[in-house]
Amino acid sequence: MFSISTRAPLSSIPTSDAVPTSYHRAADERKYQMDIDEEYGEGSSGELGAAGKNIVGPGESITSSKDYMRGHGTYVEDEQVVSSVAGTIERVNKLISVKPLKSRYTPEVGDLVIGRIVEVGSSRWKVDANARQDAVLMLSSVNLPGGVQRRKVEQDALKMREFLAEGDLLVAEVQAFFGDGAMSLHTRSLKYGKLRNGLLQPLPPHLIRRLKSHFHHLPPPCGPTGVDVILGLNGWVWVSAGTKAAVEGDGQGQGVGGGAEGDGFGAEGVYSNVNDEITPESRTAISTIASLIRLFAKYHIPLSDSLLLEGYQWISKRRGGAESTMISDEDGERLIGDVLGVDVSVDA
Amino acid sequence: MASSSRLEILNDGGLRHDARRPYELRSMSFHLSPHPTADGSATVTQGLTTVSVSVFGPREPRQRSSSSHDRAVIAVEVGVAPWAGTGAQRRARGDKRLAEVGASIRQTFEPVVMTHLYPRSELFINVQVVSADGGILPTAINATTLALVDAGIAMLDYISSVSIGLHLTQPLLDLSAPEEMDLPVLVVASLPNSGKITLAQMETRLHVDRFEEMLVLGVEACKVLKTEMEEYVKERTGKVVQRMSLAVEGAKGLQAGFIDGGR
Repeated sequence: MFSISTRAPLSSIPTSDAVPTSYHRAADERKYQMDIDEEYGEGSSGELGAAGKNIVGPGESITSSKDYMRGHGTYVEDEQVVSSVAGTIERVNKLISVKPLKSRYTPEVGDLVIGRIVEVGSSRWKVDANARQDAVLMLSSVNLPGGVQRRKVEQDALKMREFLAEGDLLVAEVQAFFGDGAMSLHTRSLKYGKLRNGLLQPLPPHLIRRLKSHFHHLPPPCGPTGVDVILGLNGWVWVSAGTKAAVEGDGQGQGVGGGAEGDGFGAEGVYSNVNDEITPESRTAISTIASLIRLFAKYHIPLSDSLLLEGYQWISKRRGGAESTMISDEDGERLIGDVLGVDVSVDA
Repeated sequence: MASSSRLEILNDGGLRHDARRPYELRSMSFHLSPHPTADGSATVTQGLTTVSVSVFGPREPRQRSSSSHDRAVIAVEVGVAPWAGTGAQRRARGDKRLAEVGASIRQTFEPVVMTHLYPRSELFINVQVVSADGGILPTAINATTLALVDAGIAMLDYISSVSIGLHLTQPLLDLSAPEEMDLPVLVVASLPNSGKITLAQMETRLHVDRFEEMLVLGVEACKVLKTEMEEYVKERTGKVVQRMSLAVEGAKGLQAGFIDGGR
């Protein structure tokens, strides 16, 4: 995906070659090794914050454990705080931790996640949310058809598979944690619930930042009804056909269920398994957005809705009509260059 | 392929059949994250041997029975591509030799990966041998180290591995397939910072007087390998960190421009 060619002057020649040239050291590159060492500093121990980048790898000692406390991503050996992952050093007063470049999603209460039902149990669902352990969705933490105030009865526990069956996707919020570290989810809001009318695009979780809103509506030039994007903090992104509710709410994150019209709940649409009619133009827009998301992920660029819009405008200008929803490597490089002003032609 | 009995291990000039000196390693190349959906992945090429490793997890164990309440369990699966050129016969997935390679990799990493940080979960390591020319196990171990680093999984240290052969009294480093067939082979995996050994494996007999020399040489070679891996990992990490921060600044500017232009 992302590989590093040499640091030699050669690297300024753009390689439009689709085959990534991986790092391969020849004898004459020895002389460039020197400045690498200076830049990332073997001697970052002791002098924290001084070395420009503060990048360490596993097994590298950072500082003395007498003066500092060890945080995540470190361990103590021979009175030294030693890194256990490759990443950047982060220091809060006397606490040293190392944040790995990428890692599995670590949930926090209030996070918005997208998950997939893997098991239906006794008054609970097991949900795969791309975390270390499966999440739990209790029957008591969902809204059932009939309104928020509706009481759950024994019959509901028997009909659980009618609401959410194995393989169904849903958007939910992290409610709490169990003693063993597994997370408990809830969908007690109109924003949350079963997902349909779209496609799932998994990404490395570190590319999704915590934002004010994780529901985005890309307005109509992007497909006839626009495209809705839900950025799950666990790295899963849901791209779906824009809904009326979302248009009216101006992307304030209304009505994921798609059936949320007027009265909001009541409709059986919330747990429906049937997609709405999606026009070919809408489908094209959805998969183009998904291609864009993959493109940004390929170059380690954190996602945002404005980035997607800008990218979509670029790509539709370039194409004129709708042909393919795939983005070629050259187009991708140019798009990133034009939209973000970052030259990526050197790294692939 | 030349019949193994006719292969000259060291010629009069003291060079091996591929013109390497006895202590010379084959050329290496690393590639991090070739697999977009795995949690971490790496491809390592040493000479004509290429191994690709993908790490999935820590994740919910696929079989409930294999989970442990206080640590992560490591599962390794090894596959060989049909075109890899291991020999005439095709290896099925359940092959005994491959299972053994998998077990060696698991045993190598179990004491070094900090599994207690990931209780009730599973680390699944998939090893694919893309092309084989000797030293499958050491290359796979090196690739697994890089894949675990890529996945952000906590480890005590890098693990690097190398094979050492013995020709008469001369130890040879990093054997290719023809050499591997003719010589006794020792595979060493070690933690380069401390010099600790996590794997020393031998399938043939060897004079005990030579063993220590080979082991010491192997640990030394592991340090060299680690330097290479570390340099690559750091350079890449630095670039990605830079890219992520650059992109954030870019997006901020963009957002401002978008709002000004749009409204």
